[in-house]
Amino acid sequence: MATAFAPTKLTATLPLHGSQENRLLPPIRLAPHSSFLGSTRSLTLPSSRRLNHAHASRRSPPVVAVQEVVKEKKSTNSLLITKEEGLVLYEDMILGRSFEDMCAQMYYRGKMFGFVHLYNGQEAVSTGFIKLLTKSDSVVSTYRDHVHALSKGVSARAVMSELFGKVTGCCRGQGGSMHMFSKEHNMLGGFAFIGEGIPVATGAAFSSKYRREVLKQNCEDVTVAFFGDGTCNNGQFYECLNMAALYKLPIIFVVENNLWAIGMSHLRATSDPEIWKKGPAFGMPGVHVDGMDVLKVREVAKEAVTRARRGEGPTLVECETYRFRGHSLADPDELRDAAEKAKYAARDPIVALKKYLIENKLAKEAELKSIEKKIDELVEEAVEFADASPQPGRSQLLENVFADPKGFGIGPDGRYRCEDPKFTEGTAQV
Amino acid sequence: MSAILQGAGAATALSPFNSIDSNKLVAPSRSSLSVRSKRYIVAGSDGTNNKTFASSSLIARRSDPLIPNAVATKADTAASSTSSKSGHELLLFEALQEGLEEEMDRDPHVCVMGEDVGHYGGSYKVTKGLADKFGDLRVLDTPICENAFTGMGIGAAMTGLRPVIEGMNMGFLLLAFNQISNNCGMLHYTSGGQFTIPVVIRGPGGVGRQLGAEHSQRLESYFQSIPGIQMVACSTPYNAKGLMKAAIRSENPVILFEHVLLYNLKESIPDEDYICNLEEAEMVRPGEHITILTYSRMRYHVMQAAKTLVNKGYDPEVIDIRSLKPFDLHTIGNSVKKTHRVLIVEECMRTGGIGASLTAAINENFHDYLDAPVMCLSSQDVPTPYAGTLEEWTVVQPAQIVTAVEQLCQ
Repeated sequence: MATAFAPTKLTATLPLHGSQENRLLPPIRLAPHSSFLGSTRSLTLPSSRRLNHAHASRRSPPVVAVQEVVKEKKSTNSLLITKEEGLVLYEDMILGRSFEDMCAQMYYRGKMFGFVHLYNGQEAVSTGFIKLLTKSDSVVSTYRDHVHALSKGVSARAVMSELFGKVTGCCRGQGGSMHMFSKEHNMLGGFAFIGEGIPVATGAAFSSKYRREVLKQNCEDVTVAFFGDGTCNNGQFYECLNMAALYKLPIIFVVENNLWAIGMSHLRATSDPEIWKKGPAFGMPGVHVDGMDVLKVREVAKEAVTRARRGEGPTLVECETYRFRGHSLADPDELRDAAEKAKYAARDPIVALKKYLIENKLAKEAELKSIEKKIDELVEEAVEFADASPQPGRSQLLENVFADPKGFGIGPDGRYRCEDPKFTEGTAQV
Repeated sequence: MSAILQGAGAATALSPFNSIDSNKLVAPSRSSLSVRSKRYIVAGSDGTNNKTFASSSLIARRSDPLIPNAVATKADTAASSTSSKSGHELLLFEALQEGLEEEMDRDPHVCVMGEDVGHYGGSYKVTKGLADKFGDLRVLDTPICENAFTGMGIGAAMTGLRPVIEGMNMGFLLLAFNQISNNCGMLHYTSGGQFTIPVVIRGPGGVGRQLGAEHSQRLESYFQSIPGIQMVACSTPYNAKGLMKAAIRSENPVILFEHVLLYNLKESIPDEDYICNLEEAEMVRPGEHITILTYSRMRYHVMQAAKTLVNKGYDPEVIDIRSLKPFDLHTIGNSVKKTHRVLIVEECMRTGGIGASLTAAINENFHDYLDAPVMCLSSQDVPTPYAGTLEEWTVVQPAQIVTAVEQLCQ
């Protein structure tokens, strides 16, 4: 399926002649039929033939066009993934989908509350990127973070318990749907306000660089920051693009452009909707990729992660994707056009990968079915585990507010409040 | 100078104010038992009385252990700025720099980030020379993006570093409010205790000399409700260095409030390593008649007023609360139980400032011990005007403090 707009060549390294002159980037030429289905206007841009998409800074090597890579490989009949890799990807996406479907069920049964944002339809982005990372690489996400946590390795049990608000949750029930954290797996959250995770991701990448250059440790950790199209109009995004490129931080900014910020169409909110273009403005490559195709995402991700590990700096990747459900479980999702939804439903990334695996004889139907069954059982077991887990007791109320509970101060009796026996009961006055 | 104080001690016997306590008059620096309240014992003082109030140099009295179970860290009680061991004299900004440099030497994970902290040496020279010594990455000159670089510091802290984030003026941190409130304060909790955020956020605030409204803000009142952070305010070179070091070593996020007008205070501080306890208040001048609670620059207005008050026969007890969040209710409470009158002098706005919270806390905890309502002198609820005369009238001046004490002690 063609993407809405498919720049034919995403190449870097145009020599910058006379950098003193302020050149505007030449406009892009799009395929004539380009438009976002369901948008309020079609996206037409002046049709100059000159292309200058991802011009990286002079010093870094070219970022090669993704679509070309994919096309080349297909044409020479070599596959993008091995069977093992394919099964890992498939299982991860099925896990994401089943888990989110189960969340919806549990929400409507009154097991979880508040704001729950589901990731159905966007699995290719999470799987495509996170399955390339090591355990010590960091991931930062937004409120739509369940699947990022699962892909990063947080157990389904821990995530489900967290959603149920139980003690066994990954954040002891204190975070909830929008705050999935795991120190063990370097999942740095889970943030409720959009954009506020991006600086944190920048900081994690800074840490990585600091360890390498100041502490002289052998640190190749990269950070991947996921956020949406709405966030790309937020100041924190731009501030961090600037700093990441300036300090050449090992970070990948992944825009999950699902075209809608609750009920606000990306085109109604953004003066220039092509987010990947904003990368070169700050001196980093900007890449656009079809986010409904996990293999394409993975190819781009490989390149971006390798760049970051080599110390060449950040990359901005815009993944065109779609969420099959509403913004959250409270969203009636009435604004989006049925035709648009149908179009993207037909590009379901799981179905696409399944088709690829079977057509390329990497896996049989039966194998995939057994993976699906296994995941179903895993998710059900997670629900049972969460159901059976205890709720947090009162004693947990005052814990974890401070890493050093002396921060609650000294009470009138001269003792630290945290030494008050009622503190551990959760009934102390602090 | 000490002559004046002893003279004051003698003078107290004569003032009508002391008719209640006339049987128990003692010189200000001796320990005493309160007449009224048999419920409670007052702390002693160390008997040394070598305070001077020379205009250009200040020597702060160290706080002694008040009650035996006081929680002071070993470092805080032992070192006195007037100890007989050799010390060295420096200005407050140099003390901050010294503290910062020592901690950076001690732990390679400590780093600095902020605007103009590196090559420029800091707009108030607190980070002078550090970039040359530690390099551009450890003393990071950031672009002008408070929200993002504060968040970057928080992300770095979550992944093992210990950043000291400078706001060139505390007012600029309003732009970082999102990160300070949501991430700095809350992430330790929302992550179920998995991630610690050992950042120090510091910078100069307060009303300066005609800096205009936006550069004269008191951010302590805006940050005080944020759960999960601690706030301290330094006021002397001794406690500046001590608090800086303690804040860096703390696992909690700490906001260290400095004051634009205090950077050039000179004092002699100990050579040896010391820290100041983040949660404790500092006894500046023990007294009997009234407790005056203050912090940062107002401490000096209070001490100036104290001179006048002493001449008039009053014996104020002055406490620099230092810890703005949480309050040291122990030191404060001991004092209230002794004097039964409280005056709070602060630079914050009238509405919702530190004084407002402190008034509430004192009323709630020590209501029985009060002979008069808690009085709070704060800055006017106006944007700080540029004109010098107007600016002077927005903040609390010593004359007002004297009047307030006289009123409270009637």
